[in-house]
Amino acid sequence: MTDQGWDRGLSARVRPYAITGGRTRGSTDLPYETIIQTTPEGQQALPRLVMERRRVIEICGHPLSVAEISAHLKLALGVAMVIVSDLKSEGLVATSQPRTSRDDRPDIELLERVLDGLRRL
Amino acid sequence: MASGDSDTTTLQGPTGSDTTLTVPLPVKMIVAGGFAVGKTTTVGAISEIEPLTTEAAITQVSAGVDDMTGAEEKRSTTVAMDFGRVGLGPELVLYLFGTPGQERFRFMWDDLVRGAVGAVVLVDTTRLADCFPAIDYFESRNVPFVIALNCFNGQVTHAVEEVREALQIDGGVPMILMDARDRESVRATLIELVRHAMARAGG
Repeated sequence: MTDQGWDRGLSARVRPYAITGGRTRGSTDLPYETIIQTTPEGQQALPRLVMERRRVIEICGHPLSVAEISAHLKLALGVAMVIVSDLKSEGLVATSQPRTSRDDRPDIELLERVLDGLRRL
Repeated sequence: MASGDSDTTTLQGPTGSDTTLTVPLPVKMIVAGGFAVGKTTTVGAISEIEPLTTEAAITQVSAGVDDMTGAEEKRSTTVAMDFGRVGLGPELVLYLFGTPGQERFRFMWDDLVRGAVGAVVLVDTTRLADCFPAIDYFESRNVPFVIALNCFNGQVTHAVEEVREALQIDGGVPMILMDARDRESVRATLIELVRHAMARAGG
């Protein structure tokens, strides 16, 4: 993913980036809709986690997107991404990213599942 | 063939046994349009949660941007984005992101449209020009989109074909009358968007 948006310097939201040691990008780039779920290792690690990392592990017992984590914990999207990608690299959360074909769009099989799902609503 | 991360992660359990955790697969759609056109209302009509707000930090707002929508908002350092979620079965979750339609927010659209099924461009027929930046953008990035004319109280001030003419929209782009407050109406629009995306993808 190319460098866009919120990682080019911040003013009003400088403080939250203290949480991430000033980093605005994690080791993996996560689309906003990436779904996060705490792993058994994450549950086990809970007692030694603090602050935002702990909160993410707590609320992701049920699958939540990066956007939802950002909204619930009142973190800027970029901050939520960094925290989540750190937790992922430590194996404390599992992630599910959007599946796309070569043109960066969902493939036909996935579109069919979406259509089917909407029709059943 | 499809690529990207699998939605199944096999994990080593605490006792050494294998534990398989299946995380639902996300898909997303964009709801775009001018200021106060009903984006959040649309998201809220079908979302299973109250629409949430997240903030993306703005870094540069270039001066002298040709803002066709008028200056109804002051410059700010963050962009609020409302979104909702719709569970489509146990293993698939649709996210709907409402995005500010003004030209000056273009920088965030590139991230937002990546991997999206497509976009619904919401149009208020009394303020047609408000949707121009969004339409221009989706056309230029080859993002499938449909035009939804938001008709409050079932009223529209212009005929659909009149609007198509005014917007100079290709005949292949679906144009739909929609009541943003009505779940069924929004659902019909999203179905139309998926069908359009499938036709575009050659399915």
